[in-house]
Amino acid sequence: MKTRDLTDLALRNLREAILRNALTTLGVAVGVASLVAMLSLGVGLQELASKRLSQSGLFDTVIVTPKNNLRGMGGPARREAEADSEKPPRALDEEARHEIEKLPNVIEVYPQVRFFTEVRFHSKPFATVVAGMPESSKNSGSFDGIEGNFFSSPTADEAILQIEFAKELSSDTRSLVGQDLALRYAERQALPASSDDAATNSSDPAAGGGGFSVVPKELHLKIVGIVETEPAQGFGGYGNARLLIPLRTASTLRAAQVNDLRDIVRDSSASKITYPNLSVRAKSPSLVEPLELAIKSMGFSAFSLLDASKSLRTFFSVFDLLLGIFGSLALAVATLGIVNTLVMAILERRREIGVLKALGAADSDVRQLFFVEAGVMGFLGGIFGVLFGWLIGRALTFGTNVYLKRQNLNPIELSSVPWWLILSAIAFAILVSLAAGLYPASRAAQLNPVDALRYE
Amino acid sequence: MPNSQPAIQLDRLSRHYTMGETSVRAVDNVSLRVASNEFLALLGSSGSGKSTLLNLIAGLDRPSSGSIIAYGTNIATLSSLALARYRSNTIGMIFQSFHLLPRMTLEENVELPLRLAEVDYADRSARVREALERVRLTHRFGHRPTELSGGEQQRVAIARAIVNRPKILLADEPTGNLDSATGESILNLLCELQRTLGTTIIMVTHERPLAERFADRLAIMGDGKLLSTSAAVKEQVQ
Repeated sequence: MKTRDLTDLALRNLREAILRNALTTLGVAVGVASLVAMLSLGVGLQELASKRLSQSGLFDTVIVTPKNNLRGMGGPARREAEADSEKPPRALDEEARHEIEKLPNVIEVYPQVRFFTEVRFHSKPFATVVAGMPESSKNSGSFDGIEGNFFSSPTADEAILQIEFAKELSSDTRSLVGQDLALRYAERQALPASSDDAATNSSDPAAGGGGFSVVPKELHLKIVGIVETEPAQGFGGYGNARLLIPLRTASTLRAAQVNDLRDIVRDSSASKITYPNLSVRAKSPSLVEPLELAIKSMGFSAFSLLDASKSLRTFFSVFDLLLGIFGSLALAVATLGIVNTLVMAILERRREIGVLKALGAADSDVRQLFFVEAGVMGFLGGIFGVLFGWLIGRALTFGTNVYLKRQNLNPIELSSVPWWLILSAIAFAILVSLAAGLYPASRAAQLNPVDALRYE
Repeated sequence: MPNSQPAIQLDRLSRHYTMGETSVRAVDNVSLRVASNEFLALLGSSGSGKSTLLNLIAGLDRPSSGSIIAYGTNIATLSSLALARYRSNTIGMIFQSFHLLPRMTLEENVELPLRLAEVDYADRSARVREALERVRLTHRFGHRPTELSGGEQQRVAIARAIVNRPKILLADEPTGNLDSATGESILNLLCELQRTLGTTIIMVTHERPLAERFADRLAIMGDGKLLSTSAAVKEQVQ
């Protein structure tokens, strides 16, 4: 039979016992809905966790340091190793930065600017860590739910406060937005011998050949926002920064940083402008590993929290699998409904099957007819199931957000129904329905036409 | 008059059933030749094996032994799929209880064999109309079988049987559910089809007078055996 005729006859048959077939389809829909709701929850939670992790910058960032400058590992053994190496370690300079920027899957490369300093607000001193935030962090999710705004420009003299720090400044944190504070910091000024070099570089290298002097400076910043989370911006430094300023603004300050003295002592190739370290952001955590290897092959030390990201992915794979299995239980029950409906249909349409065979229908025609009926029930059940599953996910998200709002927390997307989930849920429903139709279809195909025609 | 070209040749055809420990010989060693364009009536009492024989010729059942040569092909050896094609292309069937599909209109019922034979969509409408014209039912095109009388339903069944232009028409008690006048009109219609389309007709009946009036030849069965064949006295009656 032609496909059009087959489909037409199958739809007729389905319409004939509309109530029973609709109930069977509803059973499939409920099964698919439970599967979709479970998996959408798994996907949603995974996205939520990934988002939070990417906000923290922990898993998509590689910290690059020169080989002779591995933070915290400058013990005697290390120095011996360096002494053994015939090749001088490569400097982390502007050229290296451009080279790293050209590597595949690199979003951006920026130096970490982070220093401990004093802030004056209404003439009272407060100690805190200041960090320069790259412009890209605006869209990374780190500033979701910000009170106020992100920096108006990458070079603005503006500050965003972390909520805990804001609370130290004022009990009414909202009123802080728009006010000024004074940032007092120690500016490095290169000694006359290499002052030219230092002046041409705005992004703070670790000083010139002869060392540097430190001069106290003050910068007035306008508070533009208050943020709940602590955008960690990599994992260097000492503790999370609580006062955030634009990275380029931070760079121009040439504020003395914690490693400066050590770098000066170690670095003898003084004439070059070098960075103490660079943060390299990859497009996704899964791309960090090849990126780290590529950077290492360039002659630098690279460090990332790769293993934690891997075990997180493993955890979610297992989590999704379990949710999928639980979600599939309802669908398994629904398939029994399909088997039951089609077996009933064989009994009811026994004579009709006999007539079809007498008129020239082959066994395969009858089999296909039942298959199409099962497939249509699966397809419709799949579509409605995805819709119901999505609605359940929305309801769960809504309920959770109502609760979170009462707790004064930011709303979250608890469930997520991506395209692959929609398509695979429908495909799975059809597949399962066809499998359920296997037995009834072959039973119908094997009916003896003489017996079937005699059946009243 | 029937020509000498055989439509069906049965050679020592048997169909045995096993019921518990006893073997039932529904058709027992039957040899019969049906000429092309012949109208043969199979007569016999209930359980004589005439319907079983008809089902064997229709390819709905398979013989235990012997051969059924239909237009040169032994259908006893055909595969299930080839047998379905044979039923679709060579055979048209009419039943005592019509076996129309109640949820379909007349047009759709008649179209059904064309769907199974995968006839082009463009040709279907004309062929359905032609078949319904032959049974004089074009005015009931969109009706459902339940809206028709018994005679009309049987005419629809005949239209359905001839729509695919089969060479052989098999009728299993076509007048069994009809009053005598309607039964006669149905047999008149079958004769007309035999005459105009050149169809070979094998009809199972136990109404001997009707068979004698309309068939070319009578074959009498009893206990699964072919007891006798004789030319009908059609001319004398007419």
